[in-house]
Amino acid sequence: MNIPDDLKYSETHEWVRLEGAQARVGITDHAQAELTDVVYVELPKIGAKVQAKAPAAVVESVKAAGDIYSPVTGTVVAVNEALENNPALVNTDPHGEGWIFVVALDAPEEVAQLKSAAEYQALLGE
Amino acid sequence: MSSETASPAAPKKTPLFDAHLAAGGKMVDFGGWHMPVQYSGILEEHHAVRNTLGVFDISHMGEVFINGPEAGKWLNELLTNNVDRLGLGECQYSFLLNEEGGVIDDLLVYRLEKSEYLLVVNASMIEEDVAWMQKHLRTGVTLENRSDEFAGIAVQGPRAAQLFDRFFEGKISRPARNEIQRYQADCTPVLIARTGYTGEDGFELFFKADCADTIWKAILEKGADLGIKPCGLGARDTLRLEMCYPLNGSDLSPQHTPIEAGMSFFVDLEKPAFIGRSKLVQQREGGVQHRLVPFKMKGKTPPPRPHYRVFKNGEPIAETTSGTVSPTLGIGIGMAYVPAEFARINEEIEIEIRGRRFPATIEKKPLHKK
Repeated sequence: MNIPDDLKYSETHEWVRLEGAQARVGITDHAQAELTDVVYVELPKIGAKVQAKAPAAVVESVKAAGDIYSPVTGTVVAVNEALENNPALVNTDPHGEGWIFVVALDAPEEVAQLKSAAEYQALLGE
Repeated sequence: MSSETASPAAPKKTPLFDAHLAAGGKMVDFGGWHMPVQYSGILEEHHAVRNTLGVFDISHMGEVFINGPEAGKWLNELLTNNVDRLGLGECQYSFLLNEEGGVIDDLLVYRLEKSEYLLVVNASMIEEDVAWMQKHLRTGVTLENRSDEFAGIAVQGPRAAQLFDRFFEGKISRPARNEIQRYQADCTPVLIARTGYTGEDGFELFFKADCADTIWKAILEKGADLGIKPCGLGARDTLRLEMCYPLNGSDLSPQHTPIEAGMSFFVDLEKPAFIGRSKLVQQREGGVQHRLVPFKMKGKTPPPRPHYRVFKNGEPIAETTSGTVSPTLGIGIGMAYVPAEFARINEEIEIEIRGRRFPATIEKKPLHKK
């Protein structure tokens, strides 16, 4: 399982990359492996307000739909439109090309409260 | 990510349970059974069956043997199709109905001998079917539920015949479509039917449960260079839905008759009597209120799922019974019982997904055409 050190993690298996006053969000390698075969991603709207721990997007596999919870509070400033034509990027490159949205942070201190790679690894019991 | 919750009741294990775990099967509770929903991934498994070969554990299905001089006559009073049309070694699809014509179960009837039949029934319905049949049993007929003794394996895909020839090394010839024959393997007698639930060529093998591991491994080994993949229930569902084969408990239910389900072909109303017949005759003459139809989403939409609302002219008219993304077509597909007035090919409908409505059209069966 790939758990990059430079990311922060939520208990609900999203990752966050701090980029200045913004945070990029996606789902973890573990999450994509559990889902498998992502066939549709419902992206949030640019300008939408997202709350930490509240649903912000939906990822659908062949078998099921799963909510993506925003790990942080703020305003959506970018969404990964490449997922509209190629949702499988979430599977093939979950921490890179498979990112889902970017949030302008209301409370940047929220990011520090998320799990480190080591803590997330411990959560997965690996 | 939200997480799935497990059912508290302990599901049964098929004789291939350990083989599934060893092959990386993701196990789920299906109709009271621990079954693999997938191994490598539903899409990959689906494409294997459409393009090369897939192998499924179907040991959860029920095997009920009907014997006796009155067996055929009795089955004809119980089931919708006409078993008199079956020659030795032939099989047909049929329905077990309640008194109101609603579907209790859909099943395959194999005629093994002049007065011996094998019924292969849905896993979750074994007890209910057997109880219903016991209730209607009469002299001259014996019923044996041997579901626990039997394992089942389905091999499906365009290379199935090639695998068959390798597996049996020319000792027996391939049964024709919808036919069954016997074979004595080293560890067990095997019933081999040219049947399946995927729309591809294929075989279903029924045999003694304690030989399941041996046969499963032999199939995977002999099929390796043919591209065989172990396939789970996820692919089984997308494959059958592309073909518009109904799934009991979803597309079939006691609330709907086979006529409403568009399955009149498997109902012989010329038979003088069978349970549920009068309702079906009434529907043939007076028409039905609802019909099960397949639909295709238009363009890129979220996948439809079971129990989504169906709209026509802004009004809710139905609920989907099945829905998924078709791996072959790359778009959302599903089925629903819509009012008969809308049950027409090319009729435009809408499917409500998370509060938004997406356009779809009613299509002709099957959704996947070769």
